[in-house]
Amino acid sequence: MDGTDILVSSVLTVITAATPLAFAALGELVVEKSGVLNLGIEGMMIVGAIVAFATGVTTESTILAILAGALAGAVMASLFAFTVLVLMSNQVATGLALTIFGLGFSALVGHGFVGVSYPGLIKLDIPVLSTLPIVGPILFAQDVMVYLSVAMVAAIAWFLTRSRAGLILRAVGENHDAAHAIGYPVIRIRFFAILFGGAMAGLGGAYLSLAYTPLWVENMTAGRGWIALALVVFAAWRPWRAFFGAYLFGGITIVQLHIQGVGVAVPSQLLSMLPYLVTIVVLVFISKGSVRQRLSAPGSLQKNFYAAS
Amino acid sequence: MSNLNVIKRVRRSVVLGVSALILAPMFLSGANAAEKMKIGFVYVGPVGDHGWSYEHNQGRLAVQTAFGDVVKTTYVESVPEGADAERVITKLAKSGHKLIFTTSFGYMNPTLKVAKRMKKTKFEHATGFKRSKNVTTYSARFYEGRYVVGHMAGKMTKSNVIGYVASFPIPEVIRGINAVTLAARKVNPKVQVKVIWVNSWYDPGKEADAAKTLIDQGADIIMQHTDSPAPVQVAEKRGVWSVGQASDMSHFGPKTHMTAIVDNWGPYYIARTKAVLEGKWKPKDTWGGFNTGMVQMAPYNKRLPEDVVTLAKSIHQGIGDGKIHPFTGPIKDQSGKVIIAAGKTADDGMLAGMNFYVEGVVGSIPK
Repeated sequence: MDGTDILVSSVLTVITAATPLAFAALGELVVEKSGVLNLGIEGMMIVGAIVAFATGVTTESTILAILAGALAGAVMASLFAFTVLVLMSNQVATGLALTIFGLGFSALVGHGFVGVSYPGLIKLDIPVLSTLPIVGPILFAQDVMVYLSVAMVAAIAWFLTRSRAGLILRAVGENHDAAHAIGYPVIRIRFFAILFGGAMAGLGGAYLSLAYTPLWVENMTAGRGWIALALVVFAAWRPWRAFFGAYLFGGITIVQLHIQGVGVAVPSQLLSMLPYLVTIVVLVFISKGSVRQRLSAPGSLQKNFYAAS
Repeated sequence: MSNLNVIKRVRRSVVLGVSALILAPMFLSGANAAEKMKIGFVYVGPVGDHGWSYEHNQGRLAVQTAFGDVVKTTYVESVPEGADAERVITKLAKSGHKLIFTTSFGYMNPTLKVAKRMKKTKFEHATGFKRSKNVTTYSARFYEGRYVVGHMAGKMTKSNVIGYVASFPIPEVIRGINAVTLAARKVNPKVQVKVIWVNSWYDPGKEADAAKTLIDQGADIIMQHTDSPAPVQVAEKRGVWSVGQASDMSHFGPKTHMTAIVDNWGPYYIARTKAVLEGKWKPKDTWGGFNTGMVQMAPYNKRLPEDVVTLAKSIHQGIGDGKIHPFTGPIKDQSGKVIIAAGKTADDGMLAGMNFYVEGVVGSIPK
C-alpha cells in the first residue's frame, strides 16, 4: 500500500472508531443540557448493540436493525426517566444501576447470538464525489450511520442554540424552578430529553455491533459509554466540541497503534494512555478562557426537580 | 409537602416490592445435596467470548458430564484480575467449593492469598508459575501450535510481514510471538513480525483497530493473542489470512481463517477432579501440549494449498512425537546474540520466563 492508501485507510479506521462515541456523547449532551446526569449510557449502548444485532440477523434489514437499536436505548432510558423524574431517586445511583443492569441483560439476550456473523453496513457511494482522490472515500463513501452522526451534530447544535424549543430545554437545565415558574413542563421536557439521549446511546451501540465489529460478544462496549460521558464534560457541553472530541480520541487511538506497529521504543502502556490524555488536555484547553465557558455546566445538573407549588 | 411524602412512599414500596421479587428465589431454593463435591471456575472473560473462557467452560461441561451427579460445578465469568478476583475466589472457597480453577495469569497472587487462608481447598491456577501446598499450576504449550502456524504463515505470506495483535507483555505471549517468528523464518528468512499491544485480553473494538492498522502497515497474515474474533473478522473483510485464538473462529472468516490453536481442557479437568475425589491430588505443574491433546489444531481451511497443510500436519506430528522442539538452537535475539546454541533446546524454565524477542520481530518489548 502506498502512502495515500495508508492515509485514507487510517482515516476510515478513525471514523469507524469515533462514530459510536459521537452518538453517545451527543445524546448525553442533550440530556445534561436539560439538567439530568445519566450515568446509564454504557448500559443503554450495550442494550442497543444486542437488540440491533439480533434484529439485523433475524430480519436481515439494516434499517430495522438501526431503528431497533435506537428504540432499545430509548426504552432503557424510559426506565431511567421514570425512576429519576417521577420517583425522584438519586440520578447517579440510578444511572449506575442501569448500566450494570444493561450489561447483564444484554448478555442474557445475546446468549444465542454469540458466534453469529453479520455482513456489516454497506458504504453508500455518492456518485461522482466518491471517486475524488483521498477525500472521495473519506467523505463521500461512508455508511448511513456516519452520515447520520454528522447530521445529528448539526441538528443538535442548531436545536440548542437557534430554536425556541432548545432554548426552553436549556432554561430547564439552567434553573428548573424558574422554568417551572414561567410555566414550562419541566418533567415532560426532561423525559423527552432522556429518551432522546437513550436513543442516541442505542444508536452508538448499534454501530458497534453492526459496523465496527459486526458480531456480538458480551461487554463489547468496553467502557465507551464512560468515555462519551467524559467527552461531554471536557467539551463544555457544546455539540461540535463533543463531536470533535470523539474524533480526536479515535484519531489518537489509531495513531498510537501505528506508532506501535512501526516499532518505536515507547512503552505500549504509555501509548495506550495517549488518547485519554490528549483528549482531556485539548478539550480543557479550548474550553477554558471566558467566564461564560466556565459556567456552561447546566445550572440544575443532577438536581432532582420537585414542584414546590 | 404531602405530595413529596406520597412520592417517597411510592418509591419505598417500589423498592421493597422489587427487592422481594429478586430475593425470593434465594429463600425458596431447597437444601443442597450435601454429598455433591462442588467445583468452582473463575473466568477472566465471558463464556460468550467464543475463545479463551469459552474453552475453559467447555472443559467444565466435560467434567459435569463425566461425573454426573457426583459433582456440582459453578462458574463466575468476567472477573477482573486484581482485588475483585480475590473476593470472588474467597467466596467460592467459603461456600464449600473443594476444587477451584482460576483461569487467568493475573489471578496468580489472589489465588495464593486465598489459598493461604483456606487450607482445605485445592486451587488450580492456569498459566501461572507460583505453587504452594494447595495451589498448583497448569498450562498448555500453545507455542507448539504457534510453531505450526508460523510455518504456514512463512509459506503463505507475500509481503513478508506478519501482524500480531497481542494483549499483555507476559512470557506466555512473548513465547507465542517468538515461536511464530522462528517458524516463519525457517521457511522464509525475510519474514518480519509486527506486534501491536492492546493491553487487554478482550476488547473487540481495539483488537479490530489493531488488526486494521497492522494490515495498513503491510501485514498479509494476522495472528492474535487476544480473545475475541474481531481480528479474524477484519482479516476476512480485507482479504488477508488469519489464525484463530483458543477456539475455531472460522465462522468469522470462512475464506481466510487458516486454522486456530484450540485449547482442550476437558481431559485435564476430568483427571484433576478424579484426583480430588480419590484423595490423590498433589500440587504438580502440568504443561501439556500436542502430546497429551491439551493443544489441538482446528480444521485447516480448504483454500490452503496442499503442501502447506501437509507441512503443518507434519510439524504437528513431529512435535507431538517429541522429535521437533520449537525452541531448538541456534536462536538469536534481536541484537544478534546467540541465546540458545545450535542443537540445544530451551528448557521449561527459560520458556516460562521468556522476556526477549528473537530476531525478526519488529520493535521492543514494553517494560
